[in-house]
Amino acid sequence: MSQAVETSNSGMSGKELVEASRSFAFTTKLEAILAWGRKNSLWPMPYGTACCGIEFMSVMGPKYDIARFGAEVVRFSPRQADLLIVAGTITEKMAPILLHIYEQMLEPKFVISMGACASSGGFYRAYHVLQGIDRIIPVDVFVPGCPPAPEAVMDGVMVLQRMIAENHPRPWVKNWKRPAWIKPVG
Amino acid sequence: MSMQNLENLKAELSSFVSKERFDSFKFYVTPVGDDVLEVPKEDIVPVVRFLRESGKFDFLMDVCGADYLNNMQGRQKRFDVVYHFFSSRTYQRLRVKAQVGENERIDSITSVWKCANWFERETYDMFGIEFANHPYLTRLLCHHEFVGHPLRKDYVADQQQHCSSALPLHFPPDPNWNPEGRSLVPLNIGPSHPATHGTLRIMAEIEGETIARANVELGYLHRCFEKMAETHPYNQVIPYTDRLNYCSAPMNNIGYCKTVERLLGVEIPPKAQAMRIILAELSRIIDHFVCIGANAVDLGALSTFFYLFTYREMVYSLFEKLCGARLTVSLTRVGGMAQDAPPGWFDEVLEVCKKIRAGIDDLERLLSGNKIWIQRTQGVGAISAEDAIAWGYTGPCLRAAGVNLDLRKVQPYYFYDQLDFDVPIGSTGDVYDRYLVRVAEMRESLKIIEQVAKNVPEGDYTVRDKGVVLPEKKDVYGNIEGLMNHFMLIIKGLRPPVGEIYDVTEAANGELGFYLVSDGSGRPYRLHVRPPCFAIYQSFPEQITGGLVADVIAILGSMNLIGGELDR
Ligand code: SF4
Repeated sequence: MSQAVETSNSGMSGKELVEASRSFAFTTKLEAILAWGRKNSLWPMPYGTACCGIEFMSVMGPKYDIARFGAEVVRFSPRQADLLIVAGTITEKMAPILLHIYEQMLEPKFVISMGACASSGGFYRAYHVLQGIDRIIPVDVFVPGCPPAPEAVMDGVMVLQRMIAENHPRPWVKNWKRPAWIKPVG
Repeated sequence: MSMQNLENLKAELSSFVSKERFDSFKFYVTPVGDDVLEVPKEDIVPVVRFLRESGKFDFLMDVCGADYLNNMQGRQKRFDVVYHFFSSRTYQRLRVKAQVGENERIDSITSVWKCANWFERETYDMFGIEFANHPYLTRLLCHHEFVGHPLRKDYVADQQQHCSSALPLHFPPDPNWNPEGRSLVPLNIGPSHPATHGTLRIMAEIEGETIARANVELGYLHRCFEKMAETHPYNQVIPYTDRLNYCSAPMNNIGYCKTVERLLGVEIPPKAQAMRIILAELSRIIDHFVCIGANAVDLGALSTFFYLFTYREMVYSLFEKLCGARLTVSLTRVGGMAQDAPPGWFDEVLEVCKKIRAGIDDLERLLSGNKIWIQRTQGVGAISAEDAIAWGYTGPCLRAAGVNLDLRKVQPYYFYDQLDFDVPIGSTGDVYDRYLVRVAEMRESLKIIEQVAKNVPEGDYTVRDKGVVLPEKKDVYGNIEGLMNHFMLIIKGLRPPVGEIYDVTEAANGELGFYLVSDGSGRPYRLHVRPPCFAIYQSFPEQITGGLVADVIAILGSMNLIGGELDR
């Protein structure tokens, strides 16, 4: 786009054409335009397991309306989603399934951990509750709260959007190791 | 009153079993008025058979265990298995208890009461109590690699055990099952599936479009409520109760606090009762909103969900004004409410009621006469009154099957008996009737709220017993007496007398029961929840077998299965 054209059929000089094109085109870097598209069309897969899942419904609902952030196309197939929103308690029994879902998502993929339970087990210091999903999958944004208010979830989405726009480094993804205790599927 | 029932039972039972067996039975009424019958474990099956066949009781509401490892005074054996019966004819209740020692077995009562199946499995899972002749005694809630039994007193509450894989498809053994010559396709739905609401898992084998056999797996949201309750002081259990049925959190707060209050012998002031009634009915409405909304979304009607959520948000705002939280409100305290309503709150409630009434009209215009909705729901998931009772259905699903049973009427608490409202009932028990019953119930709830909110009693929002309720902050910071009270209650904790109680409320899904054992300390010794949707869900595999795959989703949605309550 930024390459000046020497001559053209319109008879304009290259310089004139570049000038004229400013009214309908702009210049950018490939990375930046991709990031722009990515951040404004996140397709979330809601992994709502508990109370936070109900509050996530509010985020989707008419009052808060996550569509304003370009993220209303929820997909329940991990293969079609690029944002995993874990909303609710993940138990030890659920952990292998969550990992399996995460692994099925295509790159680039992002994870928001919504609420105290998903982030740390919350107030369930309990025998059957996983003490935070970051023990099994890499998490980009933790949203605190029990449950977080819808505003907080939206803030989490916006934080993620900024990270995407800036191509923020994600060492937690790079250094992530699949938990050894969970068997691969198939 | 209770004594009389028990005397009758005694007389009839004595002619039913041999004298020598009968002498080992213990009949008594607890100080709070619960009828209890203790029997040796060998007699459990004949006794429960008598209870059923004599027509004395038609509901088995609950079966659970209790471990007395640290509390063996006056006992021979470590465990109790506890059964709760109810009669929809006389509205009487009976608790039957049998002691079981370590490494001992007790006979399963599933041959008499089929709904005992899951309850016994849960008891086995939690305590390791084995039930002889149980058709499928496997773990119910904990994952399949779990070692030990978590509700035993010697299991440490936060000792986690990882799980390495999901269980493959599995079915309980069935002697009549014959796959020969049939082309069966395995089908797994959930636990991560939009129609399973997060944590349910349905496993089936289908033949064409028909379900040939089905099973469900629970426990994907088993977050150890009962163990958490044992390890927290009474008032700190309240936030955990929020997260049972999180679609109507205040109702769980109320059910739990009412149980503890009754054991304490505390009567809450009229204003607190009024606030609890209003909150309970608002919760019932928004719970039904989620149920109907989700049920409709699953069948493709997305707009209903958006309509209903608008009104749900209004109720959230009311909650927020009371306590700052929207969903997990922890609004009650043992002894009353956490705080008073702000000025003008009751008028706002009345305003919201008007809007909700209009919203319900909208809802009815969207669905009640909607051809697609009718075709997808009418005749689907129908269940007879007898079957519903046999499975232990309560709440809207039971009433949709034509049984007129609502605890607000038959065992009225607070001042429900002085309020004017009807109990809507259906006839076929199908998904459409369940929907209609829920819609009608919401209108009745509005009626109740309006009656109460227009005449809120004057007075305090909580009792002022120093051994039960913390003083107000202004006293804690303002005078030495307040400070001392606060200090003492925090250090000592709220201590109900030694004893036990089973108490119930009519929650959005049906009978929400709490079985509480107190050893006189500041924490519940044992707290068991009887979640209404648990019993209903137990009938699900049978309900969907022989039907179409598409109907599975409709039936599932109509049962209003809430993971927090189902798996606890
Ligand atoms: S963080 Fe709180 S609201 Fe969210 S799932 Fe956990 S308990 Fe429920």
